[in-house]
Amino acid sequence: MVVLDKVSKAYAGQAAVAPVSLEFASKRVTVLIGPSGCGKSTLLRMIVGLVLPDTGRILIDGEALTADNTLRLRHGIGYVIQEGGLFPHLTAEDNVALLARFLKRESSWISARLGELADLTRLSSEHLKRYPRYLSGGQRQRVSIMRALMLDPPLLLFDEPLGALDPITRYELQEELKRIFGALGKTVVLVTHDMNEAGYFGDHIVLMREGRVVQQGGIRDLLERPAEPFVQQFIRAQRAFPAGRTLEGGPAAAA
Amino acid sequence: MTSSFYPGRGWLSSAERVAPRLRLGAGALLAWLAVSCWAQGALSVGSKRFTESYVLGEVVTQTAARAGEVRAVHQQGLGNTAILFAALKSGAIYVYPEYTGTIAFELLGMKQVPGLAELNHRLGEHGLAVDVPLGFANSYALAMVATRAAELGIVRVSDLARHRQLRLGLSQEFLNRKDGWEALKTAYALPFVPRGLDHGLAYEAVAAGQLDVIDVYSTDAKIERYQLLVLEDDRKFFPAYDAVLFYRREVPDRFPATWKALQRLEGRITARRMIAMNAAVELSGLPFQRVAADFLSDAPAAVPRAGKTPERTFITALMSPDLLRLTGEHLVLVFVSLVLSITVGIPLGIWAQRAPRAQAMILGAVGVLQTVPALALLAFLIAAFDRIGTLPAIAALFLYGLLPIVRNTYSGLADISPSLKEASQALGLPPPARLRLVELPLAARAILAGVKTSAVINVGTATIAAFIGAGGYGERIVAGLAVNDHAMLLAGAVPAAVMALALQWAFDALDRWLVPAGLRP
Repeated sequence: MVVLDKVSKAYAGQAAVAPVSLEFASKRVTVLIGPSGCGKSTLLRMIVGLVLPDTGRILIDGEALTADNTLRLRHGIGYVIQEGGLFPHLTAEDNVALLARFLKRESSWISARLGELADLTRLSSEHLKRYPRYLSGGQRQRVSIMRALMLDPPLLLFDEPLGALDPITRYELQEELKRIFGALGKTVVLVTHDMNEAGYFGDHIVLMREGRVVQQGGIRDLLERPAEPFVQQFIRAQRAFPAGRTLEGGPAAAA
Repeated sequence: MTSSFYPGRGWLSSAERVAPRLRLGAGALLAWLAVSCWAQGALSVGSKRFTESYVLGEVVTQTAARAGEVRAVHQQGLGNTAILFAALKSGAIYVYPEYTGTIAFELLGMKQVPGLAELNHRLGEHGLAVDVPLGFANSYALAMVATRAAELGIVRVSDLARHRQLRLGLSQEFLNRKDGWEALKTAYALPFVPRGLDHGLAYEAVAAGQLDVIDVYSTDAKIERYQLLVLEDDRKFFPAYDAVLFYRREVPDRFPATWKALQRLEGRITARRMIAMNAAVELSGLPFQRVAADFLSDAPAAVPRAGKTPERTFITALMSPDLLRLTGEHLVLVFVSLVLSITVGIPLGIWAQRAPRAQAMILGAVGVLQTVPALALLAFLIAAFDRIGTLPAIAALFLYGLLPIVRNTYSGLADISPSLKEASQALGLPPPARLRLVELPLAARAILAGVKTSAVINVGTATIAAFIGAGGYGERIVAGLAVNDHAMLLAGAVPAAVMALALQWAFDALDRWLVPAGLRP
């Protein structure tokens, strides 16, 4: 679905992403994880064309991303950022429908789609009439997810979507997102720095450090066959709890 | 979208919303054009910004009107000689009262004042002429408070050079004309560095002891009121300035009956009569229209009586019949220029924000515009347009109005959080749509604040339009200053202040309507 071919990016001579080659398989959830500044967000922003790589190329469904096709390719990508990035001057509904209206989709199609997505994200029509400032953080993130899903794009990018939420809301939304991913079967790339979250969502986890990929594979690979001491170090830094969800996902499978 | 109001289109973004505004601006412009065309069928008479010129201008206007041949309009209180000369050449006015000395020195650059025949010979190439000596001369002179002059033993202008500590305050016109201060300084070897100030304020300043010496006109009513001593011109520096009519050559042919009536003014106004008329306006507070009418109907000039309360109070001055016309003119000046400032300013602000290379140049240029003195800008624009009145005034207000709008558009766009800009990019909206649907609405508040600032400042600045005959409340302020009439001055300044407050209030209401609900505090 998405192929990164030796892409690199430097800011003021400082490498943010060393040449990286990666492939994100179709209809799978891939998690990019690593400490702050490891280049995981930059990689995501390259895919949606917000950051232009210094070298290498990006293929989306076999098509190389260029200045000419960026706008069109973006219509096939849903992008959700930490604070939601909702436009404060538009109601939730207008935020969700902004692009569809600009692209002159039928209004009957738009309202039908709004209904479906509201059901999917469990938002009421009353929520949709509100401006973002009158919604809670969790509701804003649900609206943001609706906006990303509006045109039913095959590719979804999440940049720390739950990072700014309180623990309870975060816990709820993790379950919601997992359910949504399961229901839609889309290609998802999700950035987080939380190993629990990565293990909970990810079919495939890519651990990064200082602009390079350290190790990738299933959560079990990272736990049982760490490629270098940093992997263990990073996992150890995420405290496990005796009860509740664990690294392997699912309630209290193996503590 | 079930709610039909689409805030994203709230601010200058969709054709539907913008069109009524443009139509409003175009309507005002057309109305103004119609008015100016209609005025062209009339005989317009000019006058300068001092009492005597107002009175004489009114005498000429009323004489022309009484001839019944053509409608006569008085374009009163125009800025200075250069502005009136431009107005006369361009046909904006047909005739105005002037002094032979001014024409010879100031306009023709001659070394002395020749006879009328020689003046007419020289003026022929401009299509202009002088005639009808009114019967008095009004020369410049220097004056001091009599008691102070006696203290220092000053009687003649040449005595001044012995008192280096004296403070001189001279009108801008006298300071800057060729036959004015520089020539006088040389002739008498005077050591002073004079201050420039408005002629209307100079008397008060010299009476209050803030100045020692001022320039006066020899027919000035206030010489007696303030008990000034006119210093003897012992080196015969000041030439005689005979009052005459200065007119476009076609006037006698085009308006023969009117011209005949005007010719009958020849020799009818003596210096004594002129002083009395000036005093009737400045000391008794009579309107100059009335003073001119009294003169033409041969009624004795109202003699100023000490202790008599001025006839014109603030309320009567405020409510005088020209209030509606002045309000209309002021509104046209403010709104037409504001619409232009918005139409040009917002795109400039957008451009400055988009193109970092153009940014410094654009913001710098509109900033510098703001620092150009109003009168200098007006003078330049009169030359550029080759006409006086509403057009150059609107152009000046337009230029002054740009800075707040350009700056606020720029900063409103620049202050949008990067994550919101990226969110609109990542959605896949093309740049024009991002601007229209996201960035301009988010900056609406800042832009509107800029427009409000521009509008409110414009109301104040528009008062200077009266210097070049564009009307508005400034007409009263300028006239009030010129004839030293505080009621008249306030009658112009107060409605301007009220208009500024009303605009401020209207924009606050507009803020609630235009700024998307999600952005309000």
